Amino acid sequence: MKRWRIDPVVMLVAPATAFLVLVFAYPFLYGLLLSFRPLEGGWNANYVRFFSSDRLFPTIGTTLELALPATVINLLLALPLAYRMRVTSRYQKWVASLLVIPISLGTVMIADGMLTYLGPKGWLSQVLQALHLYDGPIHLTHNYAGVLLSLIISGFPFVFLLVLSYVTGIDPVLPKAAATLGANPWQQFRHVYLPLLSPGLAMAFCLAFVQAFSVFPSAVLLGAPAGPTRVISIAAYEAAFEQYDDSMAACAAMVMGLVQLAVVSAALFARRLFYRGPVVGGKG
Amino acid sequence: MSATPAPTLVVSSGWAMRAWGFLLNVILAFFIANVGLIVLVVVVNSVAQRWLGTWLPEGWTTEWYTSAWKEFQLGSVLTVTFEVVVMVVAVSVVLGVPAAYALARREFPGKRAVMLLFLLPLMVPPMTYGLPLATVMYKVGLAGTTAGVVVANLIPTVPFVILVMTPFIEQIDPNLESAARVFGAGTGRVFLHVLVPLLAPGILAASLLVLVRTMAMFELTFLVAGSGSQTLVVALYYAVFAAGVRAPQSVDAMAVIYMVLSLLWLGTALRFVNPTQLVSRVKEHKAT
Repeated sequence: MKRWRIDPVVMLVAPATAFLVLVFAYPFLYGLLLSFRPLEGGWNANYVRFFSSDRLFPTIGTTLELALPATVINLLLALPLAYRMRVTSRYQKWVASLLVIPISLGTVMIADGMLTYLGPKGWLSQVLQALHLYDGPIHLTHNYAGVLLSLIISGFPFVFLLVLSYVTGIDPVLPKAAATLGANPWQQFRHVYLPLLSPGLAMAFCLAFVQAFSVFPSAVLLGAPAGPTRVISIAAYEAAFEQYDDSMAACAAMVMGLVQLAVVSAALFARRLFYRGPVVGGKG
Repeated sequence: MSATPAPTLVVSSGWAMRAWGFLLNVILAFFIANVGLIVLVVVVNSVAQRWLGTWLPEGWTTEWYTSAWKEFQLGSVLTVTFEVVVMVVAVSVVLGVPAAYALARREFPGKRAVMLLFLLPLMVPPMTYGLPLATVMYKVGLAGTTAGVVVANLIPTVPFVILVMTPFIEQIDPNLESAARVFGAGTGRVFLHVLVPLLAPGILAASLLVLVRTMAMFELTFLVAGSGSQTLVVALYYAVFAAGVRAPQSVDAMAVIYMVLSLLWLGTALRFVNPTQLVSRVKEHKAT
């Protein structure tokens, strides 16, 4: 280590750091302070209003009811699929490349397609009628189901690729060693892979949840933004751009961040209960 | 414990394993088929004359593309999108690569705090920090301008470049830089003449990934853009939002243009990078 002398190499980190302090950290702190300076009332008037208003407070529950099931479904789908594709192959690369498409198209484009596809006269409804599985009109858009489906279509590929990158990072020698000691495939998964994957799975849960919790475009386009899918980001957006109450919008954004932080902390805490021990599983 | 249990186990669990594998394949195929149909329905509708409740439209036409181009002023929207994407890629490389270099090569006090500052914008969703950001940008007059859109989009992409490039730089032999220094090159010259050529493949990959992400970045652009600084994805949102005002085929024609542009770049990116890199960091060891 050098003593306190300016190292030109270390200084290379300065521009990026200064930039992010200015445009990320500063606005966030500004928002935090702004949320305690309401348009009217005492310092905590925004928060009092948020937690007592039946237009604002229920948005937390509405968002959780969408984000938690979506995250759990995505993780439960992604884990076995990614685990099965842990060996690098052409098939794995193909599936991963196909699944990256919905991610890079983004939620707006997917929502546009889903509106037609899942609509009352869409292909899905026609298939169901042709097969005589369900003859009535299907209601999968402009409600809870539409938003949940869009969270799965956009979210599952994300979780899959994330889990795939963790699974392929585990040294395949370890399960082989377990196999020579008599572990069957299930035991190899349960006692070798799962403990090593648990930090990655907790991370994937957190990232996927945080994304789902801040759902915005699909909740507006595919949901019923006035009622059943009035998620917290819609409430925050309306405060800022329809009521021009920046202070209330900042308060809603802070509440959004707090709920995310709470769920993430709970997930990380739960992981520690589930497995304590060394978490070294990288490639040698 | 018996000495050779493996063969019997494979035989006894073979049937169940195959059924399980089959089930997983069916789930995956079902998912991919539905995504494919969602994309296809947009493409079909964009060239449809009239399409109500039948398997396929009654007739085909390409006129929605010309009408969408005029209705949504796609000429100027695409110009803005192009400007924003080019600026975002350029600035995030210029800011990100040197920072990644410092992080890969040096230990310094406060490194953990700096790392946290670079990780948070990738983990906190844009909707959470975007609103306070928009408030600040309206205060300083950046909101509504193309520059504001560029700055907002840089918040996740600069850290993304740093995260992608740090392991890439770590695997380059520091002796090459030392040799250049022995011959009297300063940090700037080491960077330009030794590192940039070596880093070119990594920078190319990072740029393509940033490009794909910026094309699809809706929330931040939406929150800070004005009517003259919308990118394509935000214009598409407004068009879908106002469904009923315009012909749905016209909206879908714009969606197809957006899709073709995105997939073109995604296809290019996938020639150089692994798909998992879009969501997580580069593998430390490439196949040697």
